[in-house]
Amino acid sequence: MTMKYIGKRVQRNEDPRLLTGQALFVDDVDIPGMLHASFLRSDYAHARLKMVDVSAARQRPGVVAVYTAEDMGKDWKPGPPLVSPPPTVEDVLFHSRTQVPLVKDKVRFAGEPIAVVIADSRYIAEDALEDIIVDLEPLEAVWDLEKALQPGSVLVHDDLESNLAAQLVQVKGDYDRIRAEADLIIKRHFVIDRGAAAAMENRGIVADWDAKSQRLTVWDTTQAPIPIRNGLALRLGLSEHQVRVIAPFVGGGFGPKIMMFYPEEMLIPWIAVKLSRPIKWIEDRRENFYATTQERQQIHEAEMALTRDGRILGIRDDFLHDTGAYDPYGLTIPINTQCHAMGAYDIANFYSEFKVVFTNKIIATPVRGAGRPQGIYIVERLLDLAAKELGLDPLEIRKRNFIPPDKFPYEHVIIDQAFAPLIFDSGNYQSALEKAATLIGYDQFVQEEQPRLRLEGRHVGIGIVSFVETTGVGPYEGARITVEANGKVSVATGVGTQGQGHFTSFAQIVAEQLGVDVQDVHLVTGDTAEFHWGTGTFASRGAVVAGNAIHASALAVRDKILKLAGKVLGAPEEELELEGGLVRVADIPHQSISLGELASLANPLRGAVEPGTEPGLEATAYFGPKYGGAAFGTHAMILEVDPETMMVEIKRYVVVEDCGTVINPLILEGQIHGGVAMGIGNAYYEKLVYDENAQLLNASLADYLLPTATEIPRIVVAHQETPSPLNQLGTKGAGEAGTIPVPALFAQALENALPEFNLEILETPFSPNRLFELLQEKEKSR
Amino acid sequence: MITTIDIALTVNNLHYKRNVEPRMLLSDFLRHELGLTGTHVGCEHGVCGACSVLFDGQPIRSCLMFAVQADGHEVLSIEGLGTIDNLHPLQESFKEAHGLQCGFCTSGFILTLIPFLEKNPDPNEQEIRQAISGNICRCTGYQHIVDAVKLAAQKMPVIKE
Repeated sequence: MTMKYIGKRVQRNEDPRLLTGQALFVDDVDIPGMLHASFLRSDYAHARLKMVDVSAARQRPGVVAVYTAEDMGKDWKPGPPLVSPPPTVEDVLFHSRTQVPLVKDKVRFAGEPIAVVIADSRYIAEDALEDIIVDLEPLEAVWDLEKALQPGSVLVHDDLESNLAAQLVQVKGDYDRIRAEADLIIKRHFVIDRGAAAAMENRGIVADWDAKSQRLTVWDTTQAPIPIRNGLALRLGLSEHQVRVIAPFVGGGFGPKIMMFYPEEMLIPWIAVKLSRPIKWIEDRRENFYATTQERQQIHEAEMALTRDGRILGIRDDFLHDTGAYDPYGLTIPINTQCHAMGAYDIANFYSEFKVVFTNKIIATPVRGAGRPQGIYIVERLLDLAAKELGLDPLEIRKRNFIPPDKFPYEHVIIDQAFAPLIFDSGNYQSALEKAATLIGYDQFVQEEQPRLRLEGRHVGIGIVSFVETTGVGPYEGARITVEANGKVSVATGVGTQGQGHFTSFAQIVAEQLGVDVQDVHLVTGDTAEFHWGTGTFASRGAVVAGNAIHASALAVRDKILKLAGKVLGAPEEELELEGGLVRVADIPHQSISLGELASLANPLRGAVEPGTEPGLEATAYFGPKYGGAAFGTHAMILEVDPETMMVEIKRYVVVEDCGTVINPLILEGQIHGGVAMGIGNAYYEKLVYDENAQLLNASLADYLLPTATEIPRIVVAHQETPSPLNQLGTKGAGEAGTIPVPALFAQALENALPEFNLEILETPFSPNRLFELLQEKEKSR
Repeated sequence: MITTIDIALTVNNLHYKRNVEPRMLLSDFLRHELGLTGTHVGCEHGVCGACSVLFDGQPIRSCLMFAVQADGHEVLSIEGLGTIDNLHPLQESFKEAHGLQCGFCTSGFILTLIPFLEKNPDPNEQEIRQAISGNICRCTGYQHIVDAVKLAAQKMPVIKE
């Protein structure tokens, strides 16, 4: 079917407001009488709170209130878990320990809030923090994952026997049996460390309690406004309709803005109700490093069993996962790691066991990639090492192991993050690899360019890796579409939006069915007063789950339009077409009616209607996939290492991306570029460095290096479309894909650039310094 | 007792007189005193460039200046550039090339680029990347921003004539 709007490079509806400074972000909310909050946070990562004295702060002019855990009385409760452990798995061990609104007895990470000051201005609120006297008795900090599990280790949660938060084994086939038959075993120890999401907008919340109407309005930088509303209502003893949560324009999410609930997210609305005053809290960048969740730390003992011709017989992966001080997000990240540790390959035997560890660090929750980059890193690194050992080309070993196109849907036996069976719905992995190899000029580079440049003494290397990404998971999203009397279409859906272009791509889906201009489709998203069923923006699911709910809803409205227009125009429905905001009889173009007029007819002010008639041209529909679709692709790059500085210049970067049906290639390319940029940061620039006291040493943008335009190369993106059979649009998610394979790719290309050192890169994030150290070690041992 | 100081300055061609605390940041002054919330604050330590405005025609980080330092000076913020119905060619180019996603860093990029394009009407890719290397964008990977600048460079001479 040819599409008129879907698949087109449509410019974004939301841009004019954003470009002129007219878009509302949370910090732009200004309410008369609004007060400002500032948090006193612990400087220690692990300490007993002996005493906190806020009396002087309360005396400071301009301070309205100060709260400690004690002041909260019976309202002090740890946060509800966001994701429960998988109910479908036997023998899963899971200790749920959730974050607290304010520290009561023991500090468990540096940055944990101890008190909150409410004042006339943010300046005064921060002044008053200096007035608070805190007595903390420092304790030894738990920061090393392996030591944390040793008997006798200091405990993060004193009521548990150890720092083990959770444990899960997932098995496919019989790895031990196949191991005995293997020609080659590649076994390595991998260390993956933490990084930050670092959205440009820090978190923030404004809460306004209107005592006269008994309604609470909350503006929140959340990716999940509806669950926030439901949770707040429950905690505050209000009914859901009394609480309206708005996620307006949000300045980047990347995962941490769906940690429900942050202490501040619970406290600020609670205080707004207590004081009957609007209250604003805006996180500063330093707080963003200390109080916003992070991800990625894992330590893997992984091995791959192969035949001598490079067929993978099985993989075993035992790993530790750092959840930080609490584990509200359940097992999502480590399960994602398990589900991606077989990569894009047809692997019959798999044993994966993870242990989740409590440490005195900020809570780990998904950051763009969410456990997947770790899994891909393991499988791709093991494959590279095996290829070297067997004298196989990196491309060849991958081709020998891909899941072939005729094996889909491919059942992996284990369960995914949504606790559904891990099934890859559709794919054509080899063609993506071949396309990427062609685009980067793989053969030409390896055979001609690289040898020539090496002779000149230059350190150039190439890398190519494939990946899969489970996307678009359930449970469901919904949408309501209304044709208005002015002929324009309004759409309401529940997911939050943080720059993904939903105002446009969703409008394209509607325009396709209703034959209106994309600009005439007005989308409201992230406002619970407009739509209050749904979960949020995460797991690369917007275009899949919300997109298909909008599609279903648009089809239902189209049906209503055709029925009514058929009556009005006196023509059979199948002869009608929708175009240019009109319904017309196909062969008689002048016999038509505008959607606006039709909407008015569907909503009469007087007269009788047939029994059972629903007013308006409006429909609400929902979509929930049976399981998520598996997007995939291949990244390739050529880089050059400067042996003096260890700085890397990326000469060429190619992405072949297959996320099923593409709604808007312009927006999709933007998502991929941004994902790759974050991946490059993850791979070579960004690392959160904690010391033995679990203190974060680089908590500023001057010390934590986000890539700028001079580190990021031009990225060539090519699409391949293997539609998902799981939904009508055929879409799969794409938001996280760009980030996932980059660390593995970087490692392969760096090794390839420095063949004389016979490097093995078994860690990420890497850095120029770390590369220098490794090369020094190699020099010494030679 | 907190002392305050009288200041007079021009913002987006309008004259303002205000009485402010000496410690008030220029970014806070623009956002919260004047209600010009198109200037966004990303890091408050001068690294990310989101809060960039033009100060007597030069890009500066408004989080690293006090409002009192702007006394007698001229500031241009994003609100003083184009409007929704009449975008500046650079804003238009950002839209056409998809040079923004969440839009939080965008005004800082645009204001940094205005004097750059005036001085370099025909910049190459490397020059553009250097010019924006003091601004951080976490969404776009910069490529579409670079494309937008190239597009704007084509459009802007036409406007000058």
